[in-house]
Amino acid sequence: MANTLIFIAISITLLSLLISLYRFIAGPEKANRIIAFDVMSVSTIALIAFISVLNKRIIYLDVALIYGILGFIGVLIIARYIEKGL
Amino acid sequence: MFITLMLAWLLLNNSLQTEVIITGAIISLILPWLFCGKCEVFTYLRITPKALLYSVLFIFTFLTELIKANFDMAYRVLSPSLPINPGIVEVKTKLKSKIGRVILADSITLTPGTFTLDLKDDSMFIHWVDVKSTDLEKSTQLIVNKFEKYLEVMYG
Amino acid sequence: MSENNWNEIIGGFIAIGGSLFLVLGSIGLVRMPDAYNRIQAGTKASTLGTILSLTGIIFIVPDWFGKLLLLILFVLITNPVSSHVLARAAYYTKVPLTGITKVDKLKETLEVEESRKAHLKKVRIQKEEE
Repeated sequence: MANTLIFIAISITLLSLLISLYRFIAGPEKANRIIAFDVMSVSTIALIAFISVLNKRIIYLDVALIYGILGFIGVLIIARYIEKGL
Repeated sequence: MFITLMLAWLLLNNSLQTEVIITGAIISLILPWLFCGKCEVFTYLRITPKALLYSVLFIFTFLTELIKANFDMAYRVLSPSLPINPGIVEVKTKLKSKIGRVILADSITLTPGTFTLDLKDDSMFIHWVDVKSTDLEKSTQLIVNKFEKYLEVMYG
Repeated sequence: MSENNWNEIIGGFIAIGGSLFLVLGSIGLVRMPDAYNRIQAGTKASTLGTILSLTGIIFIVPDWFGKLLLLILFVLITNPVSSHVLARAAYYTKVPLTGITKVDKLKETLEVEESRKAHLKKVRIQKEEE
């Protein structure tokens, strides 16, 4: 039962990733692309957590945490780059 | 700082064995000593019964505002005519400490239709989806006051 | 046994609600007219969506409480910071605001500062010439 519900949640999250991917590809400037990337990386944390429930592996949550940290640092560095240059 | 790191380590490991606790204690003693000589994050935090009560109230207010913000945003996104009226307004804050201001700015970002664009001295510039007034005092009262009264007691 | 099942079902529905908020956020990301309104929609919806999904997982697997709490706190702290940094970068690289924007106080303040600086510079040059 829980697996079915989690499966539905995974499909909905993938749909949201696809919709954000449209903004990532079509975004008129650098700034819009990074906004889409930020939203996608946060959604991916939820996605990895769902997958860890499906496979019953707690180690995948560590993967989600590290992914979140790397995404956050990446967004900070790119924002700094488009504001001032490297 | 030591307490925060230790708590994070225990949550991450999810166990209470002796080796785990000893390793965590050593690491969380060395890390603050190496990387911050004068960590001022918790220096301003007051620990009195009133401050504790107000922090609980603050978290409660914050969560209700977060949920309200999302339903507001859902309504704006889903209605076909996009009912937005955006603008950038200026508000003043009375908070003195840095950490209090950071928490205030973060909570403004997560409240309905507003987020912080820039901080200059004691004025904040806020992007607002539905501008109700361009006046300084009135927008301050509308946006900042509900969080400021709690944070003032907590940090001063 | 049946109580355990109920926990799983409640958690599953909370997780589905969270993922619905994620979809709303990305629809907002596509529909909004300019970069700043996109940040508004994206940040709020993705924060609450992720928090709700992780809370649902706490209901399903209560043993993982610690790590999930750490993840929730992490998302709650870093997401406003990254959205603020993005908005600042977008503003100072002059990404245009949408046409229906009403007021822009920050621009007025920056212009006042610029004119004051230019005035000071002029006065200094005049003094040096004397």
